[in-house]
Amino acid sequence: MACRNAELVSLKICQAPMNYTRLRPYLLPVLSFAAVVAVWGIARRLSGWSPTVFPGPLDAAVGMWELIRDGSLLKHSVASLFRVTAGYYLAVAIGTPLGIVLGWWKTGQLLTNGLIQFLRPISPLAWIPLAMLWFGIGDKPAIFLIFLSSFFPLLVSTIYSVNHIRTVYFQVAANFNFTPFETITRVIFPAILPDILPALRISLGIAWLVVVAAEMIAVKSGLGYLILDSRNALRMDYVMDAMIAIGVIGICLDRVIVQLNRIKSVAWGRT
Amino acid sequence: MGHILVKDVRKEYVERRGARRRMNSDPDLRSGNHLPVLDGIDLEFANGELVCILGPSGCGKTTLARVIAGFDRPTSGTVLIDGEKVKGPSSEHIFVFQHSGLFPWMTVWENVRLGARHMKEKEEMAAKVQEHLDVVNLTGYEHLYPHQLSGGMQRRAELARALVADPEVLFMDEPFAGLDFLTRLKMREEIINMHELIQKTIVFITHDIDEALVMGDRVVVFTERPAKVRLDLKLEFPHPRDFHSYDELERLRRDVYTELGVHYAL
Ligand SMILES: Nc1ncnc2c1ncn2[C@@H]1O[C@H](COP(=O)(O)OP(=O)(O)OP(=O)(O)O)[C@@H](O)[C@H]1O
Ligand SMILES: [Mg+2]
Repeated sequence: MACRNAELVSLKICQAPMNYTRLRPYLLPVLSFAAVVAVWGIARRLSGWSPTVFPGPLDAAVGMWELIRDGSLLKHSVASLFRVTAGYYLAVAIGTPLGIVLGWWKTGQLLTNGLIQFLRPISPLAWIPLAMLWFGIGDKPAIFLIFLSSFFPLLVSTIYSVNHIRTVYFQVAANFNFTPFETITRVIFPAILPDILPALRISLGIAWLVVVAAEMIAVKSGLGYLILDSRNALRMDYVMDAMIAIGVIGICLDRVIVQLNRIKSVAWGRT
Repeated sequence: MGHILVKDVRKEYVERRGARRRMNSDPDLRSGNHLPVLDGIDLEFANGELVCILGPSGCGKTTLARVIAGFDRPTSGTVLIDGEKVKGPSSEHIFVFQHSGLFPWMTVWENVRLGARHMKEKEEMAAKVQEHLDVVNLTGYEHLYPHQLSGGMQRRAELARALVADPEVLFMDEPFAGLDFLTRLKMREEIINMHELIQKTIVFITHDIDEALVMGDRVVVFTERPAKVRLDLKLEFPHPRDFHSYDELERLRRDVYTELGVHYAL
């Protein structure tokens, strides 16, 4: 509705578009979620299948409430998060420094590049038999698989970003008598940070993808186990609830990494 | 101190990659693996001289400056600064790069502070950094990042960083590239004043013949690649200079233009 009349300007109707622009970033995603839930509900009705085979949104909500109330959702989420965090941090802690060293040290890079490219396309899931044999049952094989899944993307993108740092920066460092340690902490690391943030984000996503598969094999907890266990009990509503929890936690993890982009000394990389 | 002696310096770049050679239409690159850039350069700059280096694009000006500053080794010949052979980069010869050398992840203040790294006293260091920011007119912009500054301000910040280090020799590789005409004139003036104040040797690379003649105590003109010294002029005109007041300067200007293949100095 257009506001031609000056008196109308003060009316709520005319402020609505402004409120709308402010709320838009929240409103639109909610809208798409609502639409999916609606389609889900309708599809469930039209399918004519029983709720045990194809639970509707309401069944899932009831199941979710049960899982929350008996604490199992929390327990499984924490177990999964623990494994992802451990495996991912391990990958960051080893992959980034190793990438910096290999990016800098050309001989080392030539030495390992073939090996890295050879190991990289092997899916972490292909390691499952070996992981179970080596690490037994429990957290360890799962953490190992998650580590593998995020280690290679991180390593490769760190090497790539170090290779693409402007040589002028190294010359400036030499000009001001930087020690090798200072060159790493004050030149290489900040220079690659804008480039590796997307890699951190992608590899965390991959780690979260892999945790579910890893938990289907060797452990008795975690969201992956919840899915497997619920399937065995023919509780498809719980299966869906676990999937929903995985999605929600995935969004939250992604948000955490995106916050890193707000660091001021990273902003130059976006221009 | 800051006496520079360049003795018969030659520099060749070696192209290892065949693919890159084929892509390049330059006959020098196609015919062989070696690209001679500096061809027997002999020069001597006195302590405290402002030397302007002129030459066609791609002739090897940056290469020579990098060799003198120790970033690159000459293929043959030697460079002595204050009688000592240059072994590598050091904070005694600071380079202001053709394309910005500010660290984009540090604020102006943090960048300039790099020049004062050697100082032990925190307060003394802060005072010195502030003093040099004042000199280049960047007071109030200390906490911005380089990408938040204009091109001219970036050049000035880099200049401040170089000056804080108090080097024996300052290299400036086309420090005014990309600046507008007026800013360029102002920066020119600032550098002349600053040079009179600190009396350090400055090696100043430029494309602008008038700029070189107005600023330099000495003007060196190179030939096309491989670069040889074509002219090495000592200018003893006081500052501020302009071409109308000194007939001799006007004559030199014509000579330099002719040497560089332009017959009508406009
Ligand atoms: N690292 C390098 N490897 C191979 N060739 C190089 C390298 N650096 C420079 N050259 C070549 O050496 C020649 C001289 O380069 P230089 O940068 O010294 O020119 P310049 O006189 O500074 O030019 P401009 O005025 O355009 O900056 C050029 O032909 C360039 O292609
Ligand atoms: Mg150059």
